[in-house]
Amino acid sequence: MSTAIGNTIVSLPDQSTARLPKRHYINNEYGLLSWLLTEDHKRIALLYLFSVTFFFFIGGAFAGLIRLELLTPQPDLVAADTYNKFFTMHGLIMIFLFLVPSIPGVLGNFLIPLMIGAKDLAFPKLNLLSWYVYMAGGTLTLAALVLGGVDTGWTFTTPLSTHYLNTHVITAAMAIFITGFSSILTGINFIVTIHRMRCPGMTWFRMPLFLWSHYAASLLMVLGTPVLATTLVLVALERLFGIGIFDPAKGGDPLLFQHLFWFYSHPAVYIMILPGMGVVSEVISTFSRKRIFGYTAVAFSSVAIALFGFFVWEHHMFIMGVSSYSALVFSLLTMLVAVPSAIKIFNWAFTLQKGSITFETPMLYCFGFMGLFTIGGLTGVFLGSLGMDIHLTETYFVVAHFHFVMVGGGLMAFLAGIHFWWPKMTGRMYPETISKLAAVTTFIGFNLTFLPQFVLGYLGLPRRYAAYPPEFQVLNVLSTAGATVLGFGYMLPLLYLAWSLKYGAIAGSNPWQATGLEWQIASPPPTENFTEIPIMDHEVYDYEWLANKTKKEVTTVG
Amino acid sequence: MGLSPVLWQFLVNWLHNASLFPAEASTIAPYTDALYFFLVLMTIFGTTLVAVLVVFFSARYSRQRSPVATQIEGSTLLETTWTIIPLAIFLVVYVWGALLYFRIYNPPTNAMNIYIVGKQWMWKAEHPGGQHEIDALHVPMGRPVQLTMISQDVFHSFSVPDFRIKREVIPGRYSTVWFEATKAGNYRLFCSQYCGTQHSGMVGWITVMTPGDYKTWLEQSTSGQSLAQNGERLFASMGCNSCHNGTAAARGPDLAGVYGSKLTLTDGRQILVDDAYLRDAILNPSAHVTAGYAPIMPTYQGQLSEDGLIDLVEFIKNMQSDYRVQQTLVTAASGESAPTTPPQAAGER
Ligand code: HEM
Ligand SMILES: [Cu+2]
Repeated sequence: MSTAIGNTIVSLPDQSTARLPKRHYINNEYGLLSWLLTEDHKRIALLYLFSVTFFFFIGGAFAGLIRLELLTPQPDLVAADTYNKFFTMHGLIMIFLFLVPSIPGVLGNFLIPLMIGAKDLAFPKLNLLSWYVYMAGGTLTLAALVLGGVDTGWTFTTPLSTHYLNTHVITAAMAIFITGFSSILTGINFIVTIHRMRCPGMTWFRMPLFLWSHYAASLLMVLGTPVLATTLVLVALERLFGIGIFDPAKGGDPLLFQHLFWFYSHPAVYIMILPGMGVVSEVISTFSRKRIFGYTAVAFSSVAIALFGFFVWEHHMFIMGVSSYSALVFSLLTMLVAVPSAIKIFNWAFTLQKGSITFETPMLYCFGFMGLFTIGGLTGVFLGSLGMDIHLTETYFVVAHFHFVMVGGGLMAFLAGIHFWWPKMTGRMYPETISKLAAVTTFIGFNLTFLPQFVLGYLGLPRRYAAYPPEFQVLNVLSTAGATVLGFGYMLPLLYLAWSLKYGAIAGSNPWQATGLEWQIASPPPTENFTEIPIMDHEVYDYEWLANKTKKEVTTVG
Repeated sequence: MGLSPVLWQFLVNWLHNASLFPAEASTIAPYTDALYFFLVLMTIFGTTLVAVLVVFFSARYSRQRSPVATQIEGSTLLETTWTIIPLAIFLVVYVWGALLYFRIYNPPTNAMNIYIVGKQWMWKAEHPGGQHEIDALHVPMGRPVQLTMISQDVFHSFSVPDFRIKREVIPGRYSTVWFEATKAGNYRLFCSQYCGTQHSGMVGWITVMTPGDYKTWLEQSTSGQSLAQNGERLFASMGCNSCHNGTAAARGPDLAGVYGSKLTLTDGRQILVDDAYLRDAILNPSAHVTAGYAPIMPTYQGQLSEDGLIDLVEFIKNMQSDYRVQQTLVTAASGESAPTTPPQAAGER
């Protein structure tokens, strides 16, 4: 370690003598069964990592096909019904099989016990079950695809889905129904763990913000998902037996479906973003060597988002003939829910102030997150504004909005987190230069893909169109070009992270000099996490405590 | 907006010619665009602010220039500031958007009415004078036009970007939207709610004509039967007139002049009779029985197409007296063949 102030915080052990720990959770046991029957949260996290990555690239392949088709105005690559199946699969996979489980399933599972100083989650068996349930749902989704596909759109809109399509609607609905239980189980596990398993001294306000945001997301999973499950069952029953709950000819109400669906699916968008916000807080604190500015505000804003998030669903239905007065209320609440997001952005920005900042890959992804999420959130305000929404809803503007928040926000945060904790999970560093290149590539590709879609949206191009008027081609070509760059940017990490498993530098326990409890133990951690129960005797993000601790270690060892 | 009208026109036209901005072809469009530009400025301002903060702090407090971080707990003043200011801006957007919403969705009372039926995958327009169109709609310039819309199958959505209007077209209930076109020309009509395989083929053109051209078009396109005339035939052939005939012994309420009035139902509810109510009263009569009458009316669910319902609604809407109803009764009683359902509209598939 050199004493000159460099432009990196990374401090690795001397590579000529460094070794991975003899025993850790990965080599503790061998064989396929030791993975498939594991109750270790860290191994389950890796199971999730493999499976969400798998689904991400399948969903991504569909995105590629969609963009390829839209290169020209005519539906010449595939016929309209195939195109419809493409965007349905893309949406179903990306939302339910990637974004919802990605950060909680991988990083949440791996880190929650480590961060609160526990040996595991409260219910290890339930945790394994939730992965199996997820895989069952995922397999059934693929079954729907292989059997011939489904073309409802991810929103399952009735009566289209119940009476007018002859594709595999029930299979897909059941797949999502099942996947939902995985998220309920995960949510319960996180809530109980955070309540009951914190180590001595780990008060609520000493918890890393990652935990607060996972706690808020878990509340949404547990309270919201059952409504989705019920709705999907009703769709299936209506389709199979014509029970008539959504069918106006039988006295049912087609708008009821919209209410029920969005009652889950609006909170679901926060299930997808809150955990990402947790990642951003950890990364920004670490690379600016500072406590998060206004910790309490950031913590409570997560909870506020979760609470308000349940009362804005009607903003997806402003043009559907809902009562004007209820529209007024829901629009107001939508404006209010945007405020905590704004608060967080400013708190992160001001965490940088007077920090000592370095720019490793996770930090770059977080900067990307901040820019893109700001645009995503502010364009959400367009859509929450009643009169503006009339022109923008159901167009590419909405598509661009939610990709900015979910891909520009959620996915960027996921990649930030994967890079940040990669050394902890695997014991090895990823290669820094190429990963920076990947971060920059995704940022550029992302903007090129989705900025033109805002313009298309204002021009009025409806979403889910296999064919479009020729005057919209230029913007669509730009978007497809961007998607190509973006796809390249996402392939890179897959390659170099795999490479690093064998060739990456040995990371040592705390390469980033971070304060979290997870960084105070070996990388990769031992199966039991902590050899003795840790005691949280300092505040969270206490870099002075860390410096003293490191000094002491150096003097005692040296 | 503080922009001079000339600049504004220049900007909008320039963007429009570059295919980056839709035409402003309705009275609503400039209002929507004003809010849009405000929001775009808000976004540019917000994003630039965040970018400047991040870039500036990154440069100023990089590890080389700031080897040791200064710990800061927070700042109530700063945090209050960045809570209040965004909140205030969002509230302005809220009020502005709400006013725009009411402007877009509340039709002026003098609007002329045209019926729209959406079905997989076409738009049918029915003018009161009996003109029928598919995937096309001719309207006069400078006159408010209200569309009363319904879907025969799934959700559709009637979207005319150049007018900045859009409304969901729902099975089982009427929805309405209105506009006043300001420039003659052809404007794209889209179905914007995903409605199945040929969703992207459910498109058409709105043709805005000068009042004179429009009048010529109306005359040349008539099918010879107005909607109300079709409705009158249905009123007789479906047997509506056997009860709703305004005679002393009638078993159903008199429908002359009922449109627009307030009815009291047997359960005491007061109801305003509009298009939606009339349609519902034909399909679900037992759900709202007019006070003083027995619930004996049969349902016509499944017996009338949406077009037929529109004809009936249009007939009842325009019914000033029972004179003609009673006339049809007499002719029917005298053994002449009752009028039958109207012939299929020209061009109907
Ligand atoms: C500042 C906060 C946000 C506001 C004010 C906001 C507002 C809105 C509104 C009003 C709509 C409905 C648009 C329409 O259909 O006309 C919408 C759609 C959507 N938003 Fe947001 N949003 C915000 C943040 C987010 C976040 C964080 C996510 C996800 C991570 C998200 C994901 C979505 C999705 C997926 C849709 C479209 C769903 C669909 O129709 O398929 N939004 N947003
Ligand atoms: Cu929402």
